[in-house]
Amino acid sequence: MAVTQAANKRAGSPSAPGRIQLERRSAPALDETEAVFDVENAEVFYGHFRAVRDVNLKIYKNQITAFIGPSGCGKTTMLRTFNRMHDVIPGARVAGKIHFHDVDLYGPEVSATEVRRRIGMVFQKPNPFPKSIYDNISFGPRVNGVSNKAELDTIVEKSLRSAALWDEVKDRLRNSALGLSGGQQQRLCIARTIAVEPEVVLMDEPCSALDPIATARIEELMRELKSRFTIVIVTHNMQQAARVSDRTAFFTAELDSKNDQRTGILVEYDVTAKMFSNPSDERTENYITGRFG
Amino acid sequence: MSQSVLHPGLDLRRKRSWRSTKSLLMSVLMGLSVVAVLIPLIAVMYAVISRGAGVMFASFPEFFTAEIPMISRKAGPGMGPAIVGTLLATGGATLIAVPLGILGAVYLHEYGGTTKFASIVRFMTTVMTGVPSIVMGLFIYLTWTMKFGYSAFGGALALACLMLPVVISSTEQMLRLVPTNLREASYALGASKSRTIVSVVLPAALPGIVSGSLLAIARAAGETAPLLFAVGAATAYNPHLFTEANTALSLQIFSNATSSFVAAQERAWGAALTLMTLTFMLTVIARIFTARFALKR
Repeated sequence: MAVTQAANKRAGSPSAPGRIQLERRSAPALDETEAVFDVENAEVFYGHFRAVRDVNLKIYKNQITAFIGPSGCGKTTMLRTFNRMHDVIPGARVAGKIHFHDVDLYGPEVSATEVRRRIGMVFQKPNPFPKSIYDNISFGPRVNGVSNKAELDTIVEKSLRSAALWDEVKDRLRNSALGLSGGQQQRLCIARTIAVEPEVVLMDEPCSALDPIATARIEELMRELKSRFTIVIVTHNMQQAARVSDRTAFFTAELDSKNDQRTGILVEYDVTAKMFSNPSDERTENYITGRFG
Repeated sequence: MSQSVLHPGLDLRRKRSWRSTKSLLMSVLMGLSVVAVLIPLIAVMYAVISRGAGVMFASFPEFFTAEIPMISRKAGPGMGPAIVGTLLATGGATLIAVPLGILGAVYLHEYGGTTKFASIVRFMTTVMTGVPSIVMGLFIYLTWTMKFGYSAFGGALALACLMLPVVISSTEQMLRLVPTNLREASYALGASKSRTIVSVVLPAALPGIVSGSLLAIARAAGETAPLLFAVGAATAYNPHLFTEANTALSLQIFSNATSSFVAAQERAWGAALTLMTLTFMLTVIARIFTARFALKR
């Protein structure tokens, strides 16, 4: 594992030796685009409980990065460090280095609202506001200072079109968003997220509450959105990770014998094609082939 | 047919068991409780309507507009000044207690949380709920009426003291019911905490906040004791909120009903029906108002 992480740490440098060269051969097109996030030795605590430790990885621009792993391994916890969603949980604390481009996300002068304006999030359960469809989409732009009616109209239409929802809802924009189906609600939440033109979209198991058809639509949508946004997705569904992602990070939980706590660790992070065909770590292979988790 | 011919073991008929008996028993008990609650409600409404309607419609519009007879043994309308007094005192109390109560609840739930100060405020709110209304009246008498004299505003202050804890605790309950995922959705779009509270949390909790406030207003409109010391006993119209003695429907019900003259007692019934109608109308108006906020599905 130490080898894997050390390799990941060097993944950004052009002269990285060892496994990275192998990676280059297997998927040259994916390699070394600009890194959006650079994570070094990240740890997350809830009070005294250490939920995740020693995470080292880089998230690359205009790629879909999937976090997979068994329940309780810290995937979602790790995802929420990227837009400082832990700030609203009392007692939650993040340690280590998490850089967004070259800015320390947890620097003393960084505003969480400024961070979230650039790094949006789609949640596990569709969570539209109990407002109209129009007001759901225009909420973000309004919060960020857009008040011109015509401009808002344009943003609403554009966002709904990007989320492949426009044709279904264009005649009832003033109706409550709660009247939509689960799949439509989740696409509405995606439209709401991209309405503020973030650079990154974080998705926390966005399809776990949806049926296979709605899931397929969201996956298709993700592939379309990839050209405009960097996407990080947490998923329990390995097929989904294999289908949509460019890179995959496998997390697992490790029992600490000293205090009997289970802490999440990053086992392996690589190009998806390699992760699912020829993983370097035995634990990854066991998980992917269904022998564990 | 709930019993199979082909498969003798297959019998889907309802079987009598202790569980089904218990279910029946509980249903009967619940039905009885509903009746027990409805009996006094219907009895009160019947008594007030049957005895008040005659008085009210004997002199139809005048009952609501005419001044209160100075000599209470004389028969005849009206309750006009009392209606105005009740609207002034209750309206004033609402303007004081509802905004203050909502702000207090927002502080307690969104900012205070489990801090020591918030816990003390929450505890004091509970204590305040238990203070007898006449004590609130005395408190306002000492702090306000002794200095500034009788006025509808004194009554409004006393009623506001009674409404405040009700508004705070009901609003806090409603804020607690707003799901975390709505707040998170708002934060994730770059909204600040205050913006989230104003644009997401409060609108989502609005129907519940309105219901809680209405309950407090309806209770306040019928309060007599806190007004006894603060409002005075006028019989003429006084549209001023801050000056001169005023009156209220509840005060008129009290003074007329305890009078030994039949004419006065009749007027008390009329005033009771007027108060009930007023509260009912208020509730309906507020419901329509909140329904306009609700969206079509």
